[in-house]
Amino acid sequence: MKLYELCLTEAQALLQAGEISSVELTRAVLERISAVEPMVHAFLYCNCEQALVDAQRADVRRSAGGPVSPLLGIPLAIKDIIHVRGIPTTCGSRILEHYVPTFNATVIDRLQAAGAVLLGKTNTDEFAMGSSTENSAFGPTCNPWDLSRVPGGSSGGSAAAVAAYMALGALGSDTGGSVRQPAALCGVVGIKPTYGVVSRYGLVAFASSLDQIGTFGRTVADAALVLQTIAGHDPLDSTSLTDPVPDYVERLKKTDGLNGVRVGLPREYMVGGMQPQVEAVVLEATATLEELGAELVEISLPHTPYALPVYYLIAPAEASANLARYDGMRYGLRITGKDLWDTYHLTRGEGFGPEVIRRIMLGTYALSAGYYDAYYIKAQKARTLIRQDLERAFEKVDVIAAPTTPRTAFRIGEMVNDPLQMYLQDVFTLSTNLAGICGLSVPCGFASVNAADPGASTDLPVGLQLIGPALGEPELLRVAHVYEQATSWHQRSAPL
Amino acid sequence: MALDLAEVERIARLAHLALATDDLIRYRDQLSAVLEYAQRLQELDTDAIPPTATILPTHTVMRPDCPRPSSDREESLSNAPDTAEGMYRVPTILEVF
Repeated sequence: MKLYELCLTEAQALLQAGEISSVELTRAVLERISAVEPMVHAFLYCNCEQALVDAQRADVRRSAGGPVSPLLGIPLAIKDIIHVRGIPTTCGSRILEHYVPTFNATVIDRLQAAGAVLLGKTNTDEFAMGSSTENSAFGPTCNPWDLSRVPGGSSGGSAAAVAAYMALGALGSDTGGSVRQPAALCGVVGIKPTYGVVSRYGLVAFASSLDQIGTFGRTVADAALVLQTIAGHDPLDSTSLTDPVPDYVERLKKTDGLNGVRVGLPREYMVGGMQPQVEAVVLEATATLEELGAELVEISLPHTPYALPVYYLIAPAEASANLARYDGMRYGLRITGKDLWDTYHLTRGEGFGPEVIRRIMLGTYALSAGYYDAYYIKAQKARTLIRQDLERAFEKVDVIAAPTTPRTAFRIGEMVNDPLQMYLQDVFTLSTNLAGICGLSVPCGFASVNAADPGASTDLPVGLQLIGPALGEPELLRVAHVYEQATSWHQRSAPL
Repeated sequence: MALDLAEVERIARLAHLALATDDLIRYRDQLSAVLEYAQRLQELDTDAIPPTATILPTHTVMRPDCPRPSSDREESLSNAPDTAEGMYRVPTILEVF
């Protein structure tokens, strides 16, 4: 086995046993990046030299003895919307093309304190707005399972990097599904924690009431280890929760199968518009949960059809306010016009790409005089109904199981001219953000596209979404871990 | 909910976005489609439902007021499009008569 193929947990054990060094591991991953990155384009910035320096430091620290973090010397990738001091944060946007943050996000402080090795910054839809990474101003990322297809988004670069063995884990951000959806399309694990579990300080804001940093790994345990390191209260983010962080990883070891676990199946999530093979694979996954001892309970989330319109009013409204800061004055692009107003208009009109402009305009409209009550307040009220559906469901079940996405990875370019069709890719993931609860995607099988022609068929990954109540991460992760360990989907490699 | 071109121009102006006419037409059609889809919210009776402003328990967060070093000036200005004498240089905002 090549070193870059190790999952995080395996690498950690070998590092701790002294069988490999972080320098060897990091070098292997960097060589892997050199070999496949030209095809995948997962990274916007590669931090190669510094990564080797950090790896060396990690080795020195380990050899000094004493307790060390599980992430010491582990190479990770960071979505390019999270600030790492001294290297560019572009958010996939021309308007921030040359921006270099002068401070670390809190999650980066924590990863660096743990001794993790930061490999670089990964591609994203511009300001995390999108479901394919095609909205990146710097070109799309390709899906490692089929390079003609999208990796999902917006954290598509992070998901593709982990799937293509270019990182052992990664950070992303999830506002409406941007960690779980690319995780599903790339065949890796992606966790969206409860709102407030992870500090947003240094995460560039898109929709502040929905944004949450999440983690990727090739296994549930890997993604949980990264979450363990970054979770917890931060005085620099007043919306970060003060609750103590449970030991997620320790909890995974308590494998009493799934006896006594009640798994809710929302009937509204299995209707209409789904790719038949995705539906079949997800149903098979829920049957596996039952075989493992879980009790399947049919539940109803009647306001599910409203999640999409609610999200596409609230998120753009918040985005239009958050992105007002890009005015070309203190940082970022400035295009000088004939006066101040002209400068603002030219800078923003040139600096933002089409999807960001669409959402700013949608949000501006929903918040404007005469439409505020009909759109924004109406959406905030409907958001309450969606939350209440989920609260009621969690009185009856411990976790909810559903597809992560309605279909497997689509072709690059297939939906770029149909924003509404693209928005529909998030239909199963949005409610989790609207309710502020936790969710994840775990590989649950493959759908063969082109099944009629076996010679030309491609197997594309399918994700099982598991959703938990607020602060329900320990049990959510355990259920996913038990499922994963009983199946072998996570062991398959993308054909690169 | 179909938007007309004048309405799209008004929104672009409010959002401080300079857009070409072709773009305005494209955004008019795309935004109209999304707003049309959003119309389904009107089916819901929400008269008695409070809006969700935040999913967190709302309380004022306090912290001790301890002085700490602030950002370095040079570093803070390092991303500025234009600077002069250790300050941001910005376009004139007031006409001098």
